[in-house]
Order: sequence, then C-alpha cells, then structure tokens
Amino acid sequence: MTSELKVSLWRGGKSGRYQAFSVPRRENQTVLDVVTYVQRHLDPSLSYRFACRVGVCGSCAMMVNGRPRWTCRTHVSRVAQSGSLEIGPLENFPVIKDLATDMAGFFEKWRDAGGGFVPTKTRHDEIEAILPDSPARLAAAAAIECINCGVCHAACDTVRWNENYLGPAALNRAWTLVNDVRDGGNRERLTVIAANGGCHACHSHESCREHCPLALNPTASIAGLKRRTVQAWLKGEIRSRDREGSA
Amino acid sequence: MNVSLYVWQRATAAIMAPMIFMHVAVIFYATRHGLTAADILARTRGNIGWGAFYTLFVIAASVHASIGIRNILAEWSQLDDRGAGIAALVFGVAVFGLGLRAVAAVTLP
Amino acid sequence: MIARTASRLDHRTNLLWRAALLHRLSGLGLAVFLPLHFLTLGLAIDGEVRLESFLRWSDAPMVKIGEAVLMFLLVVHALGGLRLFVVENLAWQEGQKRNAALAALIALAAAVVFLAWLL
Repeated sequence: MTSELKVSLWRGGKSGRYQAFSVPRRENQTVLDVVTYVQRHLDPSLSYRFACRVGVCGSCAMMVNGRPRWTCRTHVSRVAQSGSLEIGPLENFPVIKDLATDMAGFFEKWRDAGGGFVPTKTRHDEIEAILPDSPARLAAAAAIECINCGVCHAACDTVRWNENYLGPAALNRAWTLVNDVRDGGNRERLTVIAANGGCHACHSHESCREHCPLALNPTASIAGLKRRTVQAWLKGEIRSRDREGSA
Repeated sequence: MNVSLYVWQRATAAIMAPMIFMHVAVIFYATRHGLTAADILARTRGNIGWGAFYTLFVIAASVHASIGIRNILAEWSQLDDRGAGIAALVFGVAVFGLGLRAVAAVTLP
Repeated sequence: MIARTASRLDHRTNLLWRAALLHRLSGLGLAVFLPLHFLTLGLAIDGEVRLESFLRWSDAPMVKIGEAVLMFLLVVHALGGLRLFVVENLAWQEGQKRNAALAALIALAAAVVFLAWLL
C-alpha cells in the first residue's frame, strides 16, 4: 500500500473543476475520512455534508469514482485500487458548493408523489389492527426503511433525462402509503403517480436497486405502482392528467 | 409517459408478441424456399387471412413504435413533451399510412 | 437538463442498464426500418417485377448481413419487452442479469442461424 492517496475533489458550483490533493493513506480508511482530512488539514474552504458517520443517516452521499455511495461506509481500499479517487457531489442534484448539493427539489418530488400520510381516523376511533404478515404490510415493510439519502436519485438515468420524473425514492415512499390500509389519500396519490413523470416513466434500469445502501428495491415498488395505477385507470377511478408545471 | 400511453404501448406489445413469431416463421420459410416475388404474391393476393393479420400488425406496430419514439425524443432530444408528442404522432401516422398501403399492395387481388 | 460534474458515470456498467439501452436502440432501429420496409412492399402495387428486382438486389451478401442484423434487433427487442413484462407483472425474480444475458444470446443465435440459412 502506498503511503499517499491522490484524490480529486469537485470545487465550485454547477461549473467548477476537480482539484487534486494528496492525503496520507491509512488502514481502515473511509472516503469520508479522506474528505474530512482535506477539509481539516489542507483546505478549510472545502464544503461537504456528513452527520452520523456510521451509515445510519445518509447525509454523506457523494459520487465516488462515478458511483453514488455513502462515503462513511465506503472503504478506500475497496474503491481506490488504481491509487486514485474522484469524489464529486451527487449527480442529478443542483450543486450548492463543492460536495454539498441542494436536496430541496428531491423532497418536493417526494411530497408531490404523495409521500405524506393522509389519516382517516381520530384518537376516538379503534386502533387499526395491522397484521404484520398481510400482503399489503409485507409490501410496505419491504420499502419502508428508506432514509432519503438520494443515492437512488443520483444513480437514475431517467431522473437525468426527464426533469418531470418523480424519481425512485419518491415513488418508493408513495408505494409504502399505497399499501397502508390506514391511509385515505390513494385517489389523489395514484392520480399524480399515473400522470406524466410518474411511475410509467421508469424504464427498469434497476440502477436504484443496484446502488441502494439499504438494499431496497424501488424498481419493484414502481412495478407495483404501475399495476395499481393501470387497475385504477381501467376502472375509471383516476383520470390521466398532468401535474402542475409538467408539460 | 403516463398511464394511458403505457397501457397502449404494453397492449400493442402483447398483441404483437405472438404475431412476431408468425412473422419470423414466414421470413425463415420464404428465404429457405427461395420464394420469388411472384411466389409470395401468388400466396398473399386475395387472401383475407394474410390481409387481416398484417392489417392488425400494422395498426399495432404504428401505435407501439410512435409511443416508443415519443419517449426517446422526450428524453434524449431538445424537444419538450408536447413537441415530442407531435413529432411521434406524425411518425405514427406516416408509418400507419405506408403500412396500410403495403398490406393493400400485397394482399388486394 | 441537470448539469453533470462527474467525469465518468460508472453505474452504467450495470448489465440491466445495458439491457434497457439495447432495448431502446433496437426499437429505434426497427422504427427507422419500418417505413423503408413498407415502401419496399408497396412496390408490389406495380406488379411483381419491381418487387422481384428489389428482392434480387437484396440477395447481395451485405444486404443479407443487414437482414440478419434486423433479425437480431427484432428478437432482442421482443425479449427485452419480455423482461419488462416479467419485472412489471410477476413476483420479483432473482437471476435477472443471467436471463438478460441469455436473451441477448438467443437473439444473436437467431440472427446467426438466419444468416447461415441464407448464405
């Protein structure tokens, strides 16, 4: 193992350049360790995001050698075989500065896709009995662990090519609520998801599933949404209409 | 791409799936037996079966291909969704027209 | 279009991404071919002579290779569509990458057999 690691870090906003740094190589070093070293010892003007640094919060997601990853859970030894690392801000997000991206649009799509729970009961009603092995609960449970890190959104080429596309994370979340028997918002939710830029824009590249650090499967969730929206549309329960702002 | 375009695209694909088998079988047969144009036309002219089969094939293919073209234009070209839709519609109508003409050329007595 | 900062995008090495790309490109190829195919068949309107002379022109080896390519495009596009049918309508399958690779091989085999029968 060489004692120095060559790293290129993105500097700037939408336009900028890669700046090279030399970082001491250590055993058991993560990419987040490398970025942190640069900011603390070489260039304090570097901007980046992190929080838990133990793979629970999803804040540290960046592009590492062209793949979106959690940098705190990416060991340098796994990705820097050629001795060099290119670290950039997550693709498909507007860049604020350097390695920090603007997540606002991502959460707007999450909201637009009907990611908010719509209650149907009050505290005076009986608690809904949800059997953990009911098919709907199993479907929701398979998708519910998403922490909105944005890796799938960065990996998805349909997000890149279609600015109206809600994206795998937003659709995956909507799927968990479509399967929640307590939720009363499905008519509106399925109408949005059936419209331009909804679930039908997905081409099943499966890049989302491939890169999800929690091994979730948005492709499967989206496939479920395709089935549900088609059924609802054929039954006349929803109309095909476009979201505000989409062509 | 929305739910109605999706349904039309998947439905026409389902219709064409068995038709493709038949069409590939026809291609293999015709080339294997070295059929000339006269041979082929002798079999197809005045034949309602071939006429119906290929008319349905043309309709399904026109719809399916134009929706596919719409997606490609919307995602890979500078056109917006509306422009892509118009261009795809023009393509679909052109293919439909040429296809019906071809079916007529080959199956009308 | 969103700006891109990464100098390379490695996620496209995913085999299923490549299967989707092949599906799209084969569809595009077939869509471009279709009007030409219909125009050729339309030559029969004038009787079989013009169609026959086209068919004889198309006996040339380069054209036969082109036809074999079209056979590949047709079969690979249909099998790619089958992949989508399975992903979108059946329970989640393991082995999708293996099946996608197999589908491409089957399409290639169909085209090779077709070419072998012709030449």
